Amino acid sequence: MPGKLKAKIVAGRHLPVMDRASDLTDAFVEVKFGNTTFKTDVCHKSLNPQWNSEWFKFEVDDEDLQDEPLQVTVLDHDTYSANDAIGKVYIDIDPLLCSEAASVISGWFPIYDTIHGIRGEINVLVKVELFNDLNRFRQSSCGVKFFCTASIPRCYRAVLVHGFVEELVVNEDPEYQWIDRIRTPRASNEARQRLISLMSGELQRKIGLKVLEMGGNAVVGYLQCFDLEGESGLVVRAIGTACTLDKLSSGSAPNTNTHMSPLAHGCRSTHNSPVHSACSSQRLSQNFSVSVPTLIFTGMGSGGSVGKEAGPLKTLLRQQTQTALEQREFPFFTLTSFPPGFLVHVGGVVSARSVKLLDRIHNPDEPETRDAWWEEIRQEIKSHGKALGCHAVVGYSESTSICEEVCILSASGTAAILNPRYMREGCLDIGITDHRFEEPSPPSCGFCHIPYDELNMPFPAQLTYCYLCRRQKVPDVLFTTINLPAEAAVTGKGCLIQARLCRLKKKAQGEVNATAISNLLPFMEYELHTQLMNKLKLRSMNALFGLHIQISVGENMLLGLASATGVYLAALPPPGGIQIAGKTPGDLSAEHHILTIQKRINDTIAKNKELYQINPPELTEEVLGSPVPDSRQRSRLFRSHSESSDEVSELDLSHGKKDAFVLEIDDTDAVEDIHSLLTDAPTPTGFYSCNTEIMPGIYNWTSGVQMFTSVRVFRLSNANLTNQGLNKIFTDLCENLLKSFYFKLRSMIPCCLCQLNFTVAVPEEELIQVGGFRTSLVCNETEEQLQFPLELCADPSSANCQPASKASGKNSASVDYGSFADRCSTWLELLRLKAHTIRRGSVKTISSLERSSPLPEGRSRSLRSNRSFGGISVTVVKMTPLSFLPGTRIIKYLGIINMFFIRETTSLREEGGVSGFLHTFIAEVFSMVRAHVAALGGNAVVSYSMKECMLMENPNKNQAQCLINVSGDAVICVRETDQEPTPSTASI
Amino acid sequence: MTMELDVFVGNTTIMDEEVYQLWLDGYTVNDAVRVRMDGGVMEECEASADVLLSDTMDQYRTFQMCERLLHSPSKLGNQLLFQIPPHRQAMLIERYYTFDDGFVREVLGKKLSKGTKKDLDDIGAKTGVTLKSCRRQFDNFKRVFKVVEELKGPLVENIHHHFLLSDKLARDYAAIVFFANNRFETGKRKLQYLTFQDFAFCAGQLISNWTVGAVDNMVEDMDVDLDKEFLQDLKELKVLINDKDLLDQHKSLVCTALRGKTNNLNEMETNFKNLSRGLVNIAAKLTNAKDVRDLFIDLVEKFIEPCRSDRWTSADVRLYLTHYNNSVHLLDTFKHQVVWNRYMDVVKSSINILHVRLDESEGLSCFMEKKKSQRWGSCSSCRSPHSLAPGQTGGGLRDLFWAPTQPGRQQPVGRTHRSGRRRSIRKKDSLIAARGGLPHL
Repeated sequence: MPGKLKAKIVAGRHLPVMDRASDLTDAFVEVKFGNTTFKTDVCHKSLNPQWNSEWFKFEVDDEDLQDEPLQVTVLDHDTYSANDAIGKVYIDIDPLLCSEAASVISGWFPIYDTIHGIRGEINVLVKVELFNDLNRFRQSSCGVKFFCTASIPRCYRAVLVHGFVEELVVNEDPEYQWIDRIRTPRASNEARQRLISLMSGELQRKIGLKVLEMGGNAVVGYLQCFDLEGESGLVVRAIGTACTLDKLSSGSAPNTNTHMSPLAHGCRSTHNSPVHSACSSQRLSQNFSVSVPTLIFTGMGSGGSVGKEAGPLKTLLRQQTQTALEQREFPFFTLTSFPPGFLVHVGGVVSARSVKLLDRIHNPDEPETRDAWWEEIRQEIKSHGKALGCHAVVGYSESTSICEEVCILSASGTAAILNPRYMREGCLDIGITDHRFEEPSPPSCGFCHIPYDELNMPFPAQLTYCYLCRRQKVPDVLFTTINLPAEAAVTGKGCLIQARLCRLKKKAQGEVNATAISNLLPFMEYELHTQLMNKLKLRSMNALFGLHIQISVGENMLLGLASATGVYLAALPPPGGIQIAGKTPGDLSAEHHILTIQKRINDTIAKNKELYQINPPELTEEVLGSPVPDSRQRSRLFRSHSESSDEVSELDLSHGKKDAFVLEIDDTDAVEDIHSLLTDAPTPTGFYSCNTEIMPGIYNWTSGVQMFTSVRVFRLSNANLTNQGLNKIFTDLCENLLKSFYFKLRSMIPCCLCQLNFTVAVPEEELIQVGGFRTSLVCNETEEQLQFPLELCADPSSANCQPASKASGKNSASVDYGSFADRCSTWLELLRLKAHTIRRGSVKTISSLERSSPLPEGRSRSLRSNRSFGGISVTVVKMTPLSFLPGTRIIKYLGIINMFFIRETTSLREEGGVSGFLHTFIAEVFSMVRAHVAALGGNAVVSYSMKECMLMENPNKNQAQCLINVSGDAVICVRETDQEPTPSTASI
Repeated sequence: MTMELDVFVGNTTIMDEEVYQLWLDGYTVNDAVRVRMDGGVMEECEASADVLLSDTMDQYRTFQMCERLLHSPSKLGNQLLFQIPPHRQAMLIERYYTFDDGFVREVLGKKLSKGTKKDLDDIGAKTGVTLKSCRRQFDNFKRVFKVVEELKGPLVENIHHHFLLSDKLARDYAAIVFFANNRFETGKRKLQYLTFQDFAFCAGQLISNWTVGAVDNMVEDMDVDLDKEFLQDLKELKVLINDKDLLDQHKSLVCTALRGKTNNLNEMETNFKNLSRGLVNIAAKLTNAKDVRDLFIDLVEKFIEPCRSDRWTSADVRLYLTHYNNSVHLLDTFKHQVVWNRYMDVVKSSINILHVRLDESEGLSCFMEKKKSQRWGSCSSCRSPHSLAPGQTGGGLRDLFWAPTQPGRQQPVGRTHRSGRRRSIRKKDSLIAARGGLPHL
């Protein structure tokens, strides 16, 4: 009996009128935990009842405390008929179980009903008394701290990083149970919400147990996902990184603020490193397996020799780390930002995808199939990492895309070599090691140096000596999934780079469908990569950070969306230009055409250089000392769809000469591609955007942060859509979305959108059927802006004085293709496309963005914790997808926020159509998150993300349903005083 | 690109004041987009029409969702759905409750009932305010009326607290509520030249002098209802005109005091009895609800019009009233000084404002011209001659008054032409009102 939960219902306000006759409500409250229920008295005839109940006490196991939410139901008392439910509040009491987090939950919670939305508010007080339990076989893991933040939380110090933890829990989806046929939508939605709440509690508890086993006390980079597999069940899975964290005294907090203290403004020279992205085999369940060739994309080069001094050290280091990591099954880390010195070398992006056919989960207690699937993928990632000479994978994440019974599982990360000192037991004197530890290379370029043996390269890459230290080799391009290390030397500013791709596929069922998808995947991945590379070159940049590739499957198309932040790393060689080559020499008009395009490309590159302030010091090759032998080699890019797959990645780059990258125009598609390359609208002046936490090259942030979510659905006509047509629509959609952000945030200029997070999705097949087979594209996006105070802007002494602010966003787009000719004809007109019927198909794209915006003119709002108006105060809660709030210091983490909501309506038109419905719902979700954070005593949510936003609609029946899952870390933060208590030099 | 669904939600609710105004003015989304395009936002930020449309839709949705909260502004401060900084909340509320002067002028003094609501489209067409905006404004009046109706304490304070409006706006609403409650007639042609603000001023005077609240400040409806006892007491003032001695005494006191201070002494002397009878009769009749409603018309007909016809300047009127009022205090036999003061304070300031406005609205020159020609109704550019035309509205006193200067010769003409003239006047009025009703263009 290790815990006593106490709850008190204080009062309600703004309740809805439940009795038409009196225009009042007779409200009472049921408080339920586990199987115990208490009731308050009925407060007659009041819309603002004061219950002031006694303390309801629940004596429960801590296991239950972790799994179950406290359920508060507000009802309207009815003497004769059944009591009407007004709404519910689920309170996750997990934050109370950890001594360092919140001690009491107290505040106003919106009363939520899945049909009517928010209906008034209720004031609740919750406390927990835990007794110490020394039982070794306990099943609970109270006290393990969870953080969504994918870096070491600000007021903690990592003593030890244990490594990867994962778990998944499976259950039947209540929506698909037989009982759903006879119960009300409300009951069904509530059953679902409750089940998911229970499952995520259980998942968290199990992961906690694993962490305790490993000897850790916290999970950082906790990433929980739902797979709604429909008929076959509901999977909740989570991954994270187990750590042992030490709380820092507030004085030394800045030590961990590595993001905030950019070291290198200087640009000296550049390096590059390889990219390794692999699209791996897909296996179908049921003894059916298709293997897909693994593609490796890289820049290629040939090497001289490794810097000699560094050689032995590197080997030594590798050995140390390897021993530490070998004990682990998966040397994965979900972190994307690291303490200084943690990251030694970065190899490149590794990714694996696999196509599976879903089948019913027969035994929910033993979810072996799903476990096995993920196991396979992780093994593959691990081996890719090994191939790159790395012993670890950082910035690791997993995702799924489900359409009917086909499911694509994806995992990606960045292969890296880590500093073993964080992984060794008993190495606690980090502060000292920090200085004693001989870095094999300076921090500003060390991570770029290749981790693999250059004589034995896993893929062709072009190596040069590091432009910064000149001692070690670097690749020409570097792709990673992590945030830009704070100590990295960057030239100019970064920018958001996106590759977008649609591929039609035939409609099919079962295995045939799975095979078709499998066959398409490598091409998509290749093409996305090519696009990214081209766009990168076009912007004169040489590295991508925060790369996130999402492939969504729909009925008759696949959507791919890759977002990343491009930067010019001073350590990598300058990128060459792009050269256009025609395949049919002699044709004068064609040649003229090519010349025009070439000119446009060159102009764009020049313009971009200026825009992003990329002006690396000119380095002649003589200065470089040892020019790479065959640097003059021309690179050629073959378009994947016109070549067979075995020829795929023959892309060799030359550097040194500016025409490093050749685009061959061999057919009209290629022309289209080049066009799309050039049509990316430039960011308006005053705006910066990136999908990483901080904008490279901008260092002054204000505390004005605005987070937002935007969702768009676009309906495709059933017209004769070609890949190109689709690509164009998709690209326009993304571009338009960005444009409307810029427009909406125009008052905040200068403004930077950070952690811009796009998600694309093609709504499910069943929905399309119900809805009459339509195509729609949904974009959903959250973003956030930070604003700069005017003083910073006007500061003449700093060259980099543009105000930077950020915003982060999440954007999900979904396209579904539908096919009834009559319905589609309207859409077809709108799109001006020829009528054509596509039976059905759907594409779902989801992307999420983060943005930041600097605001001049002292518009930055103060972070006062309270605003009061009309005598009553509501706590202002800031939300940000970043792991920190600019201009403030996080003084306490209050616990993880992980909420799941379902909203349904049967009066869609009355609520303003789908847009009105979703608008209200998102606003409601925000308000509930804010209320929970405020009740925990917090004033901000960091690392906020909207993981899921699934919308199903049926306008004919006037119905719609939407599911939203959000998560983040509740924190208390205070304004940073002008002078930090300790100088930030300690963080180096 | 036409989106099936397109929403944008910020943690801190994002609102554009310009779009808010367009929404309040009742523009449809498409019209609003057009106005914004003409306003040049697009060039400013290189946006396309799509972007503008999507933004406008988002904002309109947000406002619609907020509207429910704006109905009880105090909720806006402690609701959890929208995170809006306080200064923005204040802006939202203030603008939501702001009304068009042209519109309010039309409904001022009318019962805020369903019947009036049905006429809103006519009023809208007349004033150039969109029907949507009319409804909003009308509902605002009604809402404020309903809430303060049953509250104790000062009217302005109550409105200020319950609707979180600025002081100025709260005062205006107090006037609207006061007029609606007492159903003062303001729509008559003779009162057309008065603006809402003129009436609001009078309402302020009435509230602070004639209501129950003027003597007792903790009664229900204290500032809404007139003090019945006071109205009853007003009957006593009749002695001033019925007692021949008192009347003569009063007249001589006034004339003595005025001597040398005005050029119109003769007219003042001649008209004294008529004017005094007019004012005292108004006071004596106020126990009838009907006569309360006609208060302003009576003031115009029985005091202002006679003065106008004698070409009194505003200064003359002020001077005359001051002495007319003060002289009563010198009448030893008159016992109702307190009631007299309470009555005259309001009447004095009201007449002053009504007269000044008349001057402004017509321009004295125009008036003089007409006087010269002595042809009533010939001046088509202004309304005053018509209102001065004899015999249009009943009232023995006025006829009496008119008799000496205008020996009734035009009466038949006036009667035959009245209806036609009226129509043309109406038209012009509406034109003027329409111009005044479009403050945002």
